[in-house]
Amino acid sequence: MAAGGADKFSVLLPTYNERENLPLVVWLLARTFCESGNNFEIIIIDDGSPDGTQEIAEQLEKIYGSDKIVTREIISVLFSSGTAYIHGMKHATGNFIVIMDADLSHHVSLYFIKQKEGNFDIVSGTRYKGNGGVYGWDLKRKLISRGANFITQVLLRPGASDLTGSFRLYRKEVLQKLMEKCVSKGYVFQMEMIVRARQLGYTIGEVPISFVDRVYGESKLGGNEIVSFLKGLLTLFATT
Amino acid sequence: MTKLGQWLCGLALLGSAWAALALAPPGLRLPAPYRQALLPLPVYLLVVFGCYSLATVGYRLATFNDCEEAAAELQEHISAARADLRRRGLRF
Repeated sequence: MAAGGADKFSVLLPTYNERENLPLVVWLLARTFCESGNNFEIIIIDDGSPDGTQEIAEQLEKIYGSDKIVTREIISVLFSSGTAYIHGMKHATGNFIVIMDADLSHHVSLYFIKQKEGNFDIVSGTRYKGNGGVYGWDLKRKLISRGANFITQVLLRPGASDLTGSFRLYRKEVLQKLMEKCVSKGYVFQMEMIVRARQLGYTIGEVPISFVDRVYGESKLGGNEIVSFLKGLLTLFATT
Repeated sequence: MTKLGQWLCGLALLGSAWAALALAPPGLRLPAPYRQALLPLPVYLLVVFGCYSLATVGYRLATFNDCEEAAAELQEHISAARADLRRRGLRF
């Protein structure tokens, strides 16, 4: 528990070449937390980005203070979300951990509200329910997303509507426990977290989120990605 | 039990029930009309499931929200952020 019994939120931001987006994400987070009056810290875990992300992170640390911005650099060719979270958690002093991508940020405040509402162990952002949604996706991308989610729901019956989203809030102990148990990589790892959380009896709340895809033009969702998704899904199907 | 395990158990249960009723030896058979209906049942169910899947995915695709206001709001936030950070001394 954080000192004084008040909640403190540690935001883990794994980054790679996010020089442009990082200041914006940090600014938005800082503003959201200040407005809601919650204590927070932002932990930036950079994978040796060559574009100067580290330097921007250090500037932000000067602006916001070292108690609010913590920067850590790892240089690892096998950098995956799991590695980043493990490193990040070592430095986290909050009792709640927020996990998000450094190129997306929206309405973090909804998460606190939901968590308080139901005292959930995990709050997961969903693009598929309520007024959640996406911006910047064409029909093909949406179809693949919905199709993949449908197959996942049929096979895994996970009890959460959006499994591949990576915008979540966890209680610190819950995240630590799940990290020990999960073995997958990439976004299959995100899926495994929710599935295992269900099995361990943790409560999961959902909030609708808007995923504004500003990088879609550059990211590819090719055959390879789809094949590795299916492989990951089948692995989870057979092992959980 | 894993999800795969659950599926295999379920399929084994339903499969054996169907086999027992539809492919029973002459002495224990149900009347012909019932057996004629039962025999193709697995295929029918597969087709029904296929249609259900298509309809569900189609519906969900059609109702997938497009967050116009969120995108616009984000643009505003970005301008505000850049201005404020520049004021605070960030060199982009």
